[in-house]
Amino acid sequence: MPTAKQRFTLAAVAVLVLAAASQAAMAQPRTDLVVGMQLEPPHLDPTAGAAGAIKEVTYANLFEPLLRVNADGALIPALAERWSVSDDGLTYRFTLRPNAKFHDGTTADSADVKFTLDRARAADSVNAQKAYFAPIASVETPDPRSVVVTLSRPDGLFLAHMASGDAAIVAPETAATNKQKPVGTGPFKFDRWVAGDRVVLVRNPDYDGPKPALERVSFRFISDPAAQVAALKAGDVDAFTLFSTYEALPEFRNDPAFKVMVGSTEGETILSTNNARKPFDDVRVRRAMAHAIDRKTLIEGVLYGNGVAIGSHFPPHREGYVDLTGMYPYDPAKAKALLAEAGYPNGFDTTLRLPPPPYARRGGELVAAMLAEVGIRAKIEPVEWAAWLEKTFKGKDYDLTLIAHTEPLDIDIYARPDYYFNYKSERFNALNDELNRTQDQAKRNALYGEEQRVLAEDAVNGFLFMLPSVTVQKANLTGLWVNRPVQANDVTGAAWR
Amino acid sequence: MLAFLLHRLVSLIVTVWLATIVVFAVLQLVPGDPALLMLGTGAQPDTLAALRAQMGLDLPVLTRYLHWAGALAHGDLGVSLTYARPVTELVAERLAVTLPLALLALAVSTAAAIPLGLLAASRRGRGGDWAVLGFAQLGVSMPSFWIAILLILLFSLTLHWFPAGGFPGWGGGVGPALHALVLPALALALPEAAILARVTRTAVLDTLGEDHVRTARAKGVGRAAVLLRHALPNALIPVATVLGLQISFLVAGAVVVENVFTLPGLGRLLYQAIGQRDLIVVQGVVVLLALFVVVVSALVDIACALADPRPRAAS
Repeated sequence: MPTAKQRFTLAAVAVLVLAAASQAAMAQPRTDLVVGMQLEPPHLDPTAGAAGAIKEVTYANLFEPLLRVNADGALIPALAERWSVSDDGLTYRFTLRPNAKFHDGTTADSADVKFTLDRARAADSVNAQKAYFAPIASVETPDPRSVVVTLSRPDGLFLAHMASGDAAIVAPETAATNKQKPVGTGPFKFDRWVAGDRVVLVRNPDYDGPKPALERVSFRFISDPAAQVAALKAGDVDAFTLFSTYEALPEFRNDPAFKVMVGSTEGETILSTNNARKPFDDVRVRRAMAHAIDRKTLIEGVLYGNGVAIGSHFPPHREGYVDLTGMYPYDPAKAKALLAEAGYPNGFDTTLRLPPPPYARRGGELVAAMLAEVGIRAKIEPVEWAAWLEKTFKGKDYDLTLIAHTEPLDIDIYARPDYYFNYKSERFNALNDELNRTQDQAKRNALYGEEQRVLAEDAVNGFLFMLPSVTVQKANLTGLWVNRPVQANDVTGAAWR
Repeated sequence: MLAFLLHRLVSLIVTVWLATIVVFAVLQLVPGDPALLMLGTGAQPDTLAALRAQMGLDLPVLTRYLHWAGALAHGDLGVSLTYARPVTELVAERLAVTLPLALLALAVSTAAAIPLGLLAASRRGRGGDWAVLGFAQLGVSMPSFWIAILLILLFSLTLHWFPAGGFPGWGGGVGPALHALVLPALALALPEAAILARVTRTAVLDTLGEDHVRTARAKGVGRAAVLLRHALPNALIPVATVLGLQISFLVAGAVVVENVFTLPGLGRLLYQAIGQRDLIVVQGVVVLLALFVVVVSALVDIACALADPRPRAAS
């Protein structure tokens, strides 16, 4: 049949032309970047949702808080070019950049800051981190460039919280539509969102600060691990951040076209333990579990070696870290002895609930096997996020679960009443109160150290490892973050060599 | 015929109405709170309450069902809880990927399967037949996602002819969009073509044994003419029935293939919405899919009734 033959030839020619065209495009010097991410953000308003993907697209690129976190985790100026704190730690004065503008052309001034902060702490606020704004007593705007925030109590983390995506400054005119058409003050502005596929940002020509090297940045959402690897190899994406198909890393490491960067997130990955429920209310049982877990094998098995062990709830890359990984060395015999002492010579039955991320599912299997070695028979119960949040986090109806706590400097969760660990310690609460009253960094670090020690001694949870931040990228791309001190894909410093 | 059509219409409406009750009830039973998912682990009780009120989740179950079903009857699918956009808009956007994909796959599988089935039937027991049966066996045994991965390995990673996934959208022109759909459509079409080729072969063989075909042969009609004019038209009724079922399977299969190729189709929308407990989107999409399946099977029934008057007379 000649027509079929002709059609085939046509199709073949079309394919070749398309292939040639895409190669020709590659030869041009590039000012665009395609970044792969695992999850698509549900919307693009960082002040109205906890999903990490929202901040990974918008933080520092599209929206700016008063101050922001840089690649090293330090606080640097963003919308506020400078700030000062009163000696009693109650009054914060921020001075805004003189020519800051929103992407719609309107000026970003102190009224916008007041609106943002008041909105986040209002009664009907749906800010995912409303607690960050709770210490604020009043926000005043003496002039368009000055904001004075008065706190009702000292809060040592106030500046860090004001540098989070949840505190991004938004304008009253666009706050309601930011979910779909985000309007910020950042060096990139929103171009379009191909739902289910990508969000595209373009350089903001009116940005009043240093302009980024890239003209166009696309964030592409690829959830399937095999598809992530394929997209990198096919050149569909230039970089993949928070890459979690760790078994594919050797391939990329051996390929000179790619560069693999392994850093750390802020995610302390822990075996969360219901401290109020028998037998976990007995510290000897919790210590027995700590001795039963071999972190080295766990890190090999779950992260293919790309992770750092922790001995308490604090990241090793932060100031104030104390290495407590030696407090409970892997020792099954000692674990069994502690269990016997606690009245469980034959171990006991329990359940280990696992949320969807691969680190949790894989880690859970290994932890259950390690616990079984000492007689703790943990039944594995895989659940979805929605069910995990409802039953475990909100309902506190669980024995054990495995999860990474990704908020930066979140050791204070152990002082929260009614938190799902059900942990209560006067000692810890006293330290936390003191920490909130303390501004001096050296003293704060010492207090952080003591807090870590209390948690390790009480073996509140099984402290496992830091969730790594793995980036696989083209070798000639520079400026992406190695570590992830906040949830962000800051591309303002990215460039092609 | 009119009574038959009326009967089909009534059963169609009842089925879809039952589907709305089932999907609504199931989603009430599944644990998970969309507001809690949105706010995550930093959620405070007061923010949670504020968001639940904003989403209308604080109303009683029956009120929520009536609100939703009432709007549905007017063609309003509501507003997505997570995306904060009308569901009709979201669905329309996703159908622009899933529908062309399913149609492309349907066209490819039909175009391949019917000639192959005819070929096999006409060469029964000989080399051509074995080749087609072999292909069919292979096609039925290999799931779409596996074929998808093989196609990506060959055409994307080795030959670099097609992207490994993703969809540029129709806004950038028909060419690039179709280009992105070629591999997914092939992955979807191959297993369907295998099933359809087998059905065509069996159906043609069945009709070849019937009296009217023997009569035609006896009259001296040529082999090809017997096959195309006498056997094929009769064989098309079972083929059409299977094809009707396959359309629903193509839409369902698209969910899997969309995930492998990261295509922003209806399947991925549903998948994500379930994960995020976006009840409004899940309800809307499931009801639409139910409507689609019911309408397609009604159309197939009507088509078969037109082609073959016997069941109609019997009812």
